[in-house]
Amino acid sequence: MAEQKTSMLLHLHRRPWFWAFAASALAFAATYALTAGSGSGELLAATLTFATFSAIVGIGQMFVITMGPGNVDLSIPATMTLAGTLSLKFMDGATTLILPGLGLALLVGLAAGLFNYALIRLLRIPPIIATLSASFLYQSLAIWWNRGLRIKPPEALSDFTTGSVLGLPNLTIIGILIAVASWVLLERSLFGRWISAVGQNTRAARLSGVPVETVKALTFTGSAVLASLTGYLLASFSGGAALNMGTEYLLISIAVVVIGGSSIAGGNSNVPGIWGGALLMFLVVSMLNSYGLGAGVRLILTGTIIIAIVAAASGRKDCA
Amino acid sequence: MQQATEAGSSPPARPLVALSDARMAFGAVRALDGVSLTIQPGECVGLIGHNGAGKSTAVNVINGGLTPTGGSVEYSLPDGGTGTGAAAARAAGIRSVFQELSLCPNLTVEETIRVPHHDLSGFGWRKTARKRISEALDRIFPGHGIETGATVGDLSLAERQMVEIAAGFAEGKMAVRLVILDEPTSSLDAAVARQLLAYVRTFCSAGGAVIFISHMLGEVFEVASRIDVMKDGKIIASRPASEFTQQSLIDAMGHVASTQAEAATRADAENRLGEEVLTTPEGLSARRGEIVGLAGLAGHGQAEALARFFMSRSAGMRHTKAPEVTFVAGDRGRDGVLPLWSILQNLTLTTLPSLLRNGLVDRSAEDGLGKDWKQKIGIRTDNMSNPILSLSGGNQQKVLFARSLASTAPIVVMDDPMRGVDVGTKQEAYDMIRREAEAGRTFLWYSTETDEIVQCDRAFVFRNGQISAELVGDDISEENILAASFEMHEEAS
Repeated sequence: MAEQKTSMLLHLHRRPWFWAFAASALAFAATYALTAGSGSGELLAATLTFATFSAIVGIGQMFVITMGPGNVDLSIPATMTLAGTLSLKFMDGATTLILPGLGLALLVGLAAGLFNYALIRLLRIPPIIATLSASFLYQSLAIWWNRGLRIKPPEALSDFTTGSVLGLPNLTIIGILIAVASWVLLERSLFGRWISAVGQNTRAARLSGVPVETVKALTFTGSAVLASLTGYLLASFSGGAALNMGTEYLLISIAVVVIGGSSIAGGNSNVPGIWGGALLMFLVVSMLNSYGLGAGVRLILTGTIIIAIVAAASGRKDCA
Repeated sequence: MQQATEAGSSPPARPLVALSDARMAFGAVRALDGVSLTIQPGECVGLIGHNGAGKSTAVNVINGGLTPTGGSVEYSLPDGGTGTGAAAARAAGIRSVFQELSLCPNLTVEETIRVPHHDLSGFGWRKTARKRISEALDRIFPGHGIETGATVGDLSLAERQMVEIAAGFAEGKMAVRLVILDEPTSSLDAAVARQLLAYVRTFCSAGGAVIFISHMLGEVFEVASRIDVMKDGKIIASRPASEFTQQSLIDAMGHVASTQAEAATRADAENRLGEEVLTTPEGLSARRGEIVGLAGLAGHGQAEALARFFMSRSAGMRHTKAPEVTFVAGDRGRDGVLPLWSILQNLTLTTLPSLLRNGLVDRSAEDGLGKDWKQKIGIRTDNMSNPILSLSGGNQQKVLFARSLASTAPIVVMDDPMRGVDVGTKQEAYDMIRREAEAGRTFLWYSTETDEIVQCDRAFVFRNGQISAELVGDDISEENILAASFEMHEEAS
């Protein structure tokens, strides 16, 4: 029994997501030490809440990246902004419209995802270009509809997004539920097998009867829907939609996938790592903030961390 | 032409290249099995043989690209001495023009020539390069219309082939004395091919030497002074071209006898076969329970025909528990194996939609299927959850067979699936295919091996992307396949 336990502990570090969580714990400890223990409860709550936003968009991005080289969704920030803007304007502070507003946000995501896929399929544009150019469209639409208005979310919704149950923020509970569902989808379902097959060798997958195009369409749509949900939640949480609210999630959505130990070459992804990466990203930023470093240094360090992790991950593959 | 004349003035007794008992083994495969040949200045040697006879290996040994694992290759150098190795081959003025175009698409025509011509450097190399390539193009293909500043990627396939040929014959620091042309006319139209043949004749009569490899027997007869026939890594006939006829050449390339077992299968073929289940625009057709072979020389459209057929019967958008057709890949790395997965996951990919419970993959059903097939086709592993890449090539191929055969698809398409598979596994696979056919499955089987095609009930021979012959039953023989694979008639000009 004891032996089994040790071997399990010994093998824990072989999990691809292990390092993201280990690094998060370290970053938390460093920030905790700096603030001399005061406000650690608030730090934890803030970490969990903000990590939730990164985790949800990260999961969508992860599925896209699993499909292999060249597959990435760069329209996530614009989709978030458009969904947040539109749904808040639609609800206009009315509590009765909370659910229809959510429906509208998800509909925006659905439309954006299908549009992205249509560009890729019908016009044969590489996904990276298609989603980037589509994101200009979405952002312009958001600007056009928003016209600088800042509309407050319905009070009930605002309370819900900032509230918590037993110390666990409501948003984090949603994020964890999405992660669990995604884990089942990726590891246990037919769709998960298919997406991994497409990521490893699209041609072989197609020749083995995998409906490659359906997999692609669902994946890009799923990513956009998760982005729109995040946009809705983030706008409600922060008291209104802003036109730049999605900006930082472009880098973060990719970073959490990479940091979480998913293979950027595709075919091999894991969900727990997304959460590990999301926690780490927020903690690094808040740690650098507490040390009084500016936005420029923060971005440089974030970039450096991603490069270091990609380099370390590819080095590990060579040794194996 | 000047350099050719120089070569012609050397004493004729001294060969440009002499191979004696050259052997080349890749692992267990003996690609060259003791080849002796000499090439004299002024000779044009036609080299023929079917796929895998060892022609390309011979070419690479002659041009110094491969060092033979046995025997020797000796070049006579312009200074009167002899040498061995790639540097000596270059110094001896040996050039090759390959069948698979080897030009870099991003370079211009004049830049292209710098790759083989190491002396082009320093200021003004472009001018020299332009002079060399345009002179060669004008000499061989008068009226070619190719700009030397054009990017190779923008040229048509035929123009690229012309540039590659011209680069082979172009003037350089070392005089050109022997040019090896591997299927030079396969992408040229008749008129341009004629220009090339005429040039080869002039080049040889001026004392240069050419090794001419072609599946167009008419062309070989037109230029060759001697014809060497290769089979199984050996030269089995070498005579002046005038002593061969097209028929005697085809006979010389050899045939494979069909065994008794196959004859027996064929006898009951008529009872076994059902209604017609497929026809394609190319003219392929097959009946239920029939094994249909796609024969002919490699790269004549068989694989494309199979891929087109498969794609037309399966869509990228929908999926089904009962696919109409499944595909067995031969190029495992490109078309079949999913390298990150276990043996089991690779095996069950096609059948997965029928292994669901509550919307999720039923893993005990999956294990069961894996166990069944491990036993049925003898996958050599102690654990089906080992990575697929832990298996040998032959066993990976068995997994790919199982992936297709485990489904209920009535039609199985096979794209040369026995590539690089050992003899024992091949025999097991043949038996399995025959059993499945008897149970009513239809097989479309592309193979480059004649002894596989003779096992089929019917064979379609492809040439230049079209079906050139349909052979049934005992008519499926190496002679008939070869006759239909090669251009029997003179090119109409």
